[in-house]
Amino acid sequence: MIRTRQWIVPTLYIAFLMLPIYGLISMSFKTTNEILGGFSFFPNEFTLANYEKIFTDPTWYNGYINSLIYVVMNTVISVSVALPAAYAFSRYRFLGDKHLFFWLLTNRMAPPAVFALPFFQLYSAIGLFDTHIAVALAHCLFNIPLAVWILEGFMSGVPKELDETAYLDGYSFWRFFIRIFIPTIAAGIGVAAFFCFMYSWVELLLAKTLTSVAAKPIAATMTRTASTSGYELGLLAAAGSLTIIPGAFVIYFVRNYIAKGFALGRV
Amino acid sequence: MNKTLNQKAWWLVLPVLLLVAFNAFIPLMTVVNYSLQETFGDNVFFWEGLTWFEGVLNSERFHAAFLRQLLFTGMILAIEVPLGIAVALTMPRKGPWVSVCLVLMALPLLIPWNVVGAMWNIFALPDIGLLGYTLNSMGVDYNFTQQPVAAWMTTVVMDVWHWTSLVVLLCYAGLCSIPDAYYQAARIDGASAWATFRYIQLPKMKRVLTIAILLRFMDSFMIYTEPFVLTGGGPGNTTTFLSIDLVKIALGQFDLGPAAAMSLIYFLVVLLICWAFYTIMMRDENQ
Repeated sequence: MIRTRQWIVPTLYIAFLMLPIYGLISMSFKTTNEILGGFSFFPNEFTLANYEKIFTDPTWYNGYINSLIYVVMNTVISVSVALPAAYAFSRYRFLGDKHLFFWLLTNRMAPPAVFALPFFQLYSAIGLFDTHIAVALAHCLFNIPLAVWILEGFMSGVPKELDETAYLDGYSFWRFFIRIFIPTIAAGIGVAAFFCFMYSWVELLLAKTLTSVAAKPIAATMTRTASTSGYELGLLAAAGSLTIIPGAFVIYFVRNYIAKGFALGRV
Repeated sequence: MNKTLNQKAWWLVLPVLLLVAFNAFIPLMTVVNYSLQETFGDNVFFWEGLTWFEGVLNSERFHAAFLRQLLFTGMILAIEVPLGIAVALTMPRKGPWVSVCLVLMALPLLIPWNVVGAMWNIFALPDIGLLGYTLNSMGVDYNFTQQPVAAWMTTVVMDVWHWTSLVVLLCYAGLCSIPDAYYQAARIDGASAWATFRYIQLPKMKRVLTIAILLRFMDSFMIYTEPFVLTGGGPGNTTTFLSIDLVKIALGQFDLGPAAAMSLIYFLVVLLICWAFYTIMMRDENQ
């Protein structure tokens, strides 16, 4: 009996997850008058005006482009430096390895609010304020430790005999690493990249602090709209709905590994 | 895995070390600097010693924000962990629905945090939002912008909405790693559903649950954007958590000394609790 009724719990849970998202998407298709006129479950006068505004106004669509640029930069930097480091942690003992590993993790624990002002001063001082690379580098603070942690988990699952056989066959370290090892842990790299993408995409505090005009992320554009140009809820809802799309897109690719990834490759 | 001793491995770690140190060490030293000195601008500093630290540790405002933070983290852990386990246990293990469940459940995790706040703000607006309108038309007097209790409940439910999936996915990964043979053995022994959970599923989930609790603790203790967008810390100060208070002091009032001292105390508390977790986790792994 229990088996047959089991689907109720996940179904109810997913319904609970979808309701606010539905509220947002349905509002994005409404006109401002309808929104302020009172509650309606379905849009009465279906309109695409909000989306049109976003796709034609450069301050809006540039926000998306800026966000995607620094997120991709951060993902590439984080994963490429994390790969050799994770290999070192998973294969070798060296002086201070455990302390170093924990120190890396402590940076994942640093509240961004603590670092907002010093980051602003640091990146202004080296002349990188309001550039994409500044945000990409700042997000490395928490994404590199995470990538190292995940990749180390995946790499520890690969038997060491693989490395030893390759060295016996005369492979140099880098040739082995790039030609054999990286393809072997491709799933792990995908998952690590997914997580870097995710945390860089959802973070706002640092991204907002480090940019003003040229590299302004979409999330910051939204905050400005909410505060200065009155209460354009429809526009805000449309912009919000569009930020869900890249996430949904990347989840689809890693769906089979996502659970293992959240367990940091250690299941 | 038995690891070989190799000091040259340092070269492989070096890029990570340099990048993270650049981002972590210099800003941290800036914070330490501010926390020990007083400045009136123009780069003129006066040594203050531990004055700011004493001030923060004795301030009612910090105590209140800290208590709110603890209460919030406690509440969301108490809800998210059991709920996450329950959903993970009832999720399908095979078949086409698995992918659908995973993708839909992971969706909230990939929505930018300010959009989560804005979405719940819209959702909970008393007169025009889906949740607020429904509650009010059922006769519940609900207005999260004015009632502290309603604001708290909305913030907690928002966090449950946002992050329970993390616990679900972790537990699900743990459950999937249990071989079928274990369940068959349990069935032969005539174990009840509870016994199967208590003696097979829960021990297998212990590791992933530790990670889940660790991640949820860290992230909820640092929460800033979502409640800031949803309630702005109000009504009054009732949903002003530590990060919101910190940003108010540092960037709102520009009281750099007290803000820096508070940052360090805040960071140390998070570190201490996480270190305890990490030690327990690693000890279990080594056994």
